[in-house]
Amino acid sequence: MNLGRKLKLQLAGALLAGSALTAAAPAFAQTEIQWWHAMTGANNDVVNKLAADFNASQKDYKVVATFKGSYPDTMSAGIAAFRAGNAPHILQVFEVGTATMMAAKGAIKPVAEVMKEAGEKFDPAAYLPAVTGYYSTAKGEMLSFPFNSSSTVMWYNKDAFRKAGLNPDAPPKTWPEVFAAAKKLKASATPNCGFSNAWVTWVNIEQFSVWHNIPIGTKANGIDGFDTELKINSPLHVKHLANLVELAKDKTYVYGGRTNTGEGAFTSGECPILLTSSGFYGNVKSNAKFEWANAPMPYYPDAAGAPQNSTLGGASLWIMGGKSAAEYKGIAKFFAFLSDTDRQAKLHTDSGYLPITKAAYAKVKDSGFYKTNPYLETPLIELTNKTPTENSKGLRFGNLVQIRDVWAEEIEDALAGKKTPQAALDAAVSRGNTMLRQFERTASR
Amino acid sequence: MDRRVMFGGKVLPYMLLLPQFTIVVVFFYLPAGQAVWQSFLLQDAFGISTEFVWFENYQELFTNPEYYRTMGTTAVFSALVAFLSLSCGLLLAVMADKQIKGATIYKTMLIWPYAVAPAVAGVLWLFMFQPSLGMLAKLLREWGIDWNPLLNGTHAMILVVLAATWKQISYNFLFFLAGLAAIPKSVIEAAAIDGARPVRRFWTIIFPLLSPTAFFLLVVNIVYVFFDTFGIIDSVTGGGPAGNTVTMVFKVYYDGKLGSDLGGSAAQSVVLMLIVIALTAIQFRFVERKVQY
Repeated sequence: MNLGRKLKLQLAGALLAGSALTAAAPAFAQTEIQWWHAMTGANNDVVNKLAADFNASQKDYKVVATFKGSYPDTMSAGIAAFRAGNAPHILQVFEVGTATMMAAKGAIKPVAEVMKEAGEKFDPAAYLPAVTGYYSTAKGEMLSFPFNSSSTVMWYNKDAFRKAGLNPDAPPKTWPEVFAAAKKLKASATPNCGFSNAWVTWVNIEQFSVWHNIPIGTKANGIDGFDTELKINSPLHVKHLANLVELAKDKTYVYGGRTNTGEGAFTSGECPILLTSSGFYGNVKSNAKFEWANAPMPYYPDAAGAPQNSTLGGASLWIMGGKSAAEYKGIAKFFAFLSDTDRQAKLHTDSGYLPITKAAYAKVKDSGFYKTNPYLETPLIELTNKTPTENSKGLRFGNLVQIRDVWAEEIEDALAGKKTPQAALDAAVSRGNTMLRQFERTASR
Repeated sequence: MDRRVMFGGKVLPYMLLLPQFTIVVVFFYLPAGQAVWQSFLLQDAFGISTEFVWFENYQELFTNPEYYRTMGTTAVFSALVAFLSLSCGLLLAVMADKQIKGATIYKTMLIWPYAVAPAVAGVLWLFMFQPSLGMLAKLLREWGIDWNPLLNGTHAMILVVLAATWKQISYNFLFFLAGLAAIPKSVIEAAAIDGARPVRRFWTIIFPLLSPTAFFLLVVNIVYVFFDTFGIIDSVTGGGPAGNTVTMVFKVYYDGKLGSDLGGSAAQSVVLMLIVIALTAIQFRFVERKVQY
């Protein structure tokens, strides 16, 4: 019966996960708000503290924060709970899950709507446009509440730069400069690696396109409609991949994998230049035993308009549908509490998350915090570098979790020499489009 | 004279069967039936819109070249893991069965890996062979092997096979050891007196007497590699590089849990179920004949 048990676990397990949440009966007339999140370590403490502070600030509502595992785990748990009829009130979903959440019209309730109905003060213009753009409809209605945001930055090892005779205070700005520096570094300081990156597709396809103001897909990267088609086999994309493939041959470029597991190569000192999330800050601060810094992402100087602005990583909070008016009121109060300028400013300086309101950014800037902590401002400079365009205000592709893996597979084939960069990206486009069409079919109904 | 005790009525036998029957239905037929039903549906992640599409999920599966590739990967992976874990388990059991000092300690140590969860086992191996941090990866590099499971499909496959095998050896070891203990010493001694050397004694006396255990383990191991290994693959390679370590069960897990494509995932699990049923049937039909109980 082993076989039966396994099947049961796979298929009914999702449902069980949902029913595990037994609604604790409130002892007194307090409305309970369930918040499922995926924050670990120090960030977990931040979440718990926010909930505790909110609960202490008023008497009517109680926010209960529950850790649900990794980003994908939390999202699947939320989906399974919704199917079982007991979804949480607030679900933290990572940026790639945005399109899936958005398409689930009955399952979610737009933040803007909840705030309006509850009569809470809510001005979308108060938020950083690069942040809200990612989580808003084409018409500008904010769907989810940005919580922890980051962007891609280039981390570099100053000690290795010195050893290689490079100026540690003038990091390379363009890709050709990065390649040249990486070759020098590999020759004289770090024999196993010139440069690397984590999150291969996020860095080399998504952020790369946005930073160079070229489309990832049609329809404003999918924001204007699910009938979007991928455009990641443009000459610039192919050129970049071809450069990576060429440099990978002698390990000037080292492939760091699809997720953040490759980040260890930077903190260990093996790779002197590594492109990854600005959220890597805490890890670098506590683990790197050398002098380090970060800088904005490099760009190709011959690409018109580059650099544009970068886009987000991280996660946002979605409000689930089918709850009572009192509960929505509580959620609105909690989000107003989160948007408070002082709180946003403190959250930013404590945790390294980006502030999401313009006022909070201005406040931290005025306080002179960035003079001593310039690394926290790099992603903000990138995000606000220029007014976002059609190609740079965000991206919204259904099935993106899987599409990213397909892209990564094709890039891996190109790096392994099994396909030419052009063939790999052509395949990434056609396979990705198939998945987009499947999503369109289930979502548009 | 009939001395059997007879119970009147036809209800009681069914009542006695009921508990077992309930368990089988609840834990086997219902979920399996649900999987079959789900495989005919096309649904969004939240189950808001559902469309009955007959065999479209299957059609899509079997027109997708990637799926045939996962079948090939599964065949290689399963054959390697089952063969390696059975042969290592048997070898270790035969060794541990000898009169040696501290045999109990060896036995206990050898059983330990079974208590390790698949995902943890995966992470352990991942650390040892991580190209930039792993100790064993460093060693390989010093020998001049360009070890890189992140880009080299063969390296990645070796890694998941090792992790999955390591995890299963203990289980096989335990059963083989019990099987060896059940073989009467007098038979082996008689063979020894007749002049049979250890190797010959093993193949003509011990191995045939172990065959029921070996057969049981073969079935269990096949089920293990087909269903239980997605945790290891997920934590070691995530199916990469370029889909080189995507096995069928990993794809079921991946498409269903991460991709929220429940229809496609259910269709795959039905296919997988049929394959395992067929494999088990073949084993009982052909291999079992050679087993001497």
